Amino acid sequence: MSDAIPAIPAIPGSATVLPILPETFSDLAPFAARWCLPTEPARYAERLRSTMAELEAFYDAARPRVREAMAHLDRFPLDALPEPEENLLHLVYSFVMVSLPVEVWHQPRVIDAGTAYFDRHLEPTP
Amino acid sequence: MARAIKEAEASWTGRYPELGTGLVSYEDSISPEFYELEREAIFRRAWLNVGRVEQLPRRGSYFTRDLAVAKTSVIVARDLSGQVRAFHNVCRHRGNKLLWGTTPNDETSGVCREFMCRYHGWRYTLEGQLTFVLQEEEFFDFDRRDFPLVPVHCEVWEGFIFVNLADQPGQTLTDFLGPMVRGLEGYPFHLVTERYAFRADLNSNWKIYLDAFQEYYHASVLHSQQQVPSLRSFATGYKAPHYQIDGPHRLVSTGGWKGVPRHQLPHDKMYPLEPLTEAGLMGPWQRPDIPELDPANLPPGINPGGLDPWSISNFQIFPNFVILLYERGWYLTYHYWPTSHRTHMWEMSYYFPPSRNASERIRHEVTAVISKEAGLQDAGTLDGTQMGLESRVVSRWPLSDQEITVRHLHKTTGDWVQAYLRDGMGAPA
Repeated sequence: MSDAIPAIPAIPGSATVLPILPETFSDLAPFAARWCLPTEPARYAERLRSTMAELEAFYDAARPRVREAMAHLDRFPLDALPEPEENLLHLVYSFVMVSLPVEVWHQPRVIDAGTAYFDRHLEPTP
Repeated sequence: MARAIKEAEASWTGRYPELGTGLVSYEDSISPEFYELEREAIFRRAWLNVGRVEQLPRRGSYFTRDLAVAKTSVIVARDLSGQVRAFHNVCRHRGNKLLWGTTPNDETSGVCREFMCRYHGWRYTLEGQLTFVLQEEEFFDFDRRDFPLVPVHCEVWEGFIFVNLADQPGQTLTDFLGPMVRGLEGYPFHLVTERYAFRADLNSNWKIYLDAFQEYYHASVLHSQQQVPSLRSFATGYKAPHYQIDGPHRLVSTGGWKGVPRHQLPHDKMYPLEPLTEAGLMGPWQRPDIPELDPANLPPGINPGGLDPWSISNFQIFPNFVILLYERGWYLTYHYWPTSHRTHMWEMSYYFPPSRNASERIRHEVTAVISKEAGLQDAGTLDGTQMGLESRVVSRWPLSDQEITVRHLHKTTGDWVQAYLRDGMGAPA
């Protein structure tokens, strides 16, 4: 990871605070602002407004790191994740969200979903 | 030439001769008049599941359920003795809805010691007694004891809270559920409480959508993409290995896609997400190490067909409640709440054992995401089914043996409506 891009630190008082990732996952920093999303409705909406090129770029970058991310996160208690780890968990959730468009549908929307929209109104945190 | 070859006697449908094998009508799903009958005959007489005990964790916990189909809202609460009670959500003074969320159209939940009407401040205990009337001396010949909240029959079974809106239910809840559904008793629902819940407003009659989730005949076509391209076939289909009917309720069990549990497929016959996270449509690959969830320890009624391999048992509890149990140690529920003859509000909840670490939570997320995508295909398509039926171009439709569950639901619905018209009774004898 010697050539990794360092995570961009949050600037105190700035309007947009970039989510920080654990240091060993700083290669995923370019995707953090867009994909560290804490809820499924936010991730699904982001998927629908993305192009396939955008989804594929994130998928290709994240896929080789998912196993390591799971192993890394398992070293912390789930109900007390430090902020960078919580951001990483949200990024993995987003990887799951973009996997089906990339692997199955080859489009952001589910094929044959018509006008249907399901609202996930309750989910565990984090 | 084109005669059907299935013999009734050798079929699932043939085991239940009252179902017949003839063409069926879906007038019950497109007629506003039938919907009005259904509201009275079914939704004001059957036991309806409105939640689980985990939604009432403490004394004083409550939630409201708006039941548009019955033109009412109910308050479900745990009283100070711990008992779960239900009331119509109506103040006895001027008829105001007692509890709501942001607007009167929104449900609400919370914890309280008493309910207070926001109109004139009348207050009721968790047991429904009216305890405070503002300027009580201004009322005429008035006794607070004469104005309690109107109770709703409420019973709890295996942690599921049911209400019955009839003045006097024709059956107790356990009699209504019957032996097949009661085969679920003993499943450790109380250990499987990590919940992901969805709602959707759908453009079809509630039964039309329910039908899609009670047969697997459509799976290989509408959900063809659940298989990787090399396994897809629009020509061979899938046959569920076990069906059962008991009273108004149905069961269908599956044993893996063509006999092979999904997690045992070669990795090149799955999508990359599945081996990467070790989870998929059927759940996390690893069953949680909770002894009560080991299939060897499950009550025999969970898999009454004795399937081996066994994957899913899909309990269709009349009228609008579904419990699907997965061999991998989790379950889901569906509820179909009619809002008109051609629309309904649909709810889906996934329940997993609480995650002990991030990997387990991520696997639950994988299952919740993949499973939702299949549901979206059903929802998107069934708008079209409703449209086709409403054209009334055709009035009689064929059903295969693999759709015995569809045949049974529409027959049961018709039977309940006929019984109601005949003698005002709920459950037909």
